[in-house]
Amino acid sequence: MELTKFIENFAGEFDHTDASVFTADTVYHNLDEWSSLIAMCIASMVEDEYDVVLKGDDIRNARTIGDLFNTVKAKM
Amino acid sequence: MVTGASSGIGQVIAIECAKMGANIIATGRNEERLNETLNQLEGSGHQMIIADMSVQEDINALVEQCPVLDGLVHNAGTAVGKPASYVKLEDLQYVYQTNVYGVALLTKGLLRKKKMAKGSSIVFNSSISTYISAAGWSVYASSKAAINAYMRTCALELGTKGIRCNSVVPGMVETDIINSLFFTDEGNQSSMDQYPLGRYGKPADIAYGIIYLLSDASTWVTGTELVIDGGRMLK
Ligand SMILES: NC(=O)c1ccc[n+]([C@@H]2O[C@H](COP(=O)([O-])OP(=O)(O)OC[C@H]3O[C@@H](n4cnc5c(N)ncnc54)[C@H](OP(=O)(O)O)[C@@H]3O)[C@@H](O)[C@H]2O)c1
Repeated sequence: MELTKFIENFAGEFDHTDASVFTADTVYHNLDEWSSLIAMCIASMVEDEYDVVLKGDDIRNARTIGDLFNTVKAKM
Repeated sequence: MVTGASSGIGQVIAIECAKMGANIIATGRNEERLNETLNQLEGSGHQMIIADMSVQEDINALVEQCPVLDGLVHNAGTAVGKPASYVKLEDLQYVYQTNVYGVALLTKGLLRKKKMAKGSSIVFNSSISTYISAAGWSVYASSKAAINAYMRTCALELGTKGIRCNSVVPGMVETDIINSLFFTDEGNQSSMDQYPLGRYGKPADIAYGIIYLLSDASTWVTGTELVIDGGRMLK
């Protein structure tokens, strides 16, 4: 599992945020477009792409995209 | 008979019905939690039967084992939360098998084996999500809408047998199901702000509505949906 690809998949769930905004250090909760629906889309994307089921807490507790990457990796 | 009596709303329905003098058949999949329910029931003559509502053989066995019923609560239910663009066949099968097929097949089995008494009452646990849409709940909401339509048809067909059919339509109730619902704290808070009575429901709030529909207090009520939602539909 590769970080760059994960960031790309993560960014793919946003419609109005420029792709350049997304890095491993991005605190995603602070993005203007962040919402409960996008959170749900991220969880579904992770299930589809990585076969990992994230809980609400996993997404709430991770701070950056890099953190979430690590959460997913740990569950694989 | 209460399906999904091993947890949340179903457990409280069983407890409250027993307080009213009912003999309970508590059913569900988890033996340990069903036992916990059974231990909390007042009075005697209660029993538990393990059955998975998504398995036809289990439904058949449940129908075989149970006595003639005065009341049935179709409460077992499950949910998948994901946006429509990600919904897979497996998600649909998982939710529909319990929430829709299980309900229809258990009803059918009980009717065919003459296990619903004349004058009995069937209550379906639907959900406010059939009326108030929330992103990510297409599969769950459509399964609960199916249940309401199914309920009305049964009410029509079973009227001559004196069997009544009604739904409760609960708003958000604090149980395990909703702990898995929210992916952001803001999502949880903004959802609660939509409730004029200022809180989510408790399982007992729903159980009391179900008791009304099971009881002889509602003998001229069939084919209806009782909304129990702390005023959420007003918004
Ligand atoms: N909580 C809410 O906000 C809310 C709102 C509206 C409607 N509802 C409805 O209320 C009902 C009860 O939900 P709850 O909130 O009390 O959730 P819960 O605590 O998760 O309870 C669900 C119950 O359904 C049973 N169940 C699930 N799948 C089953 C299957 N395949 N076969 C047999 N039993 C099965 C579970 O049994 P085991 O654990 O033994 O498997 C459990 O007893 C559901 O139909 C739900 O859709 C809930």
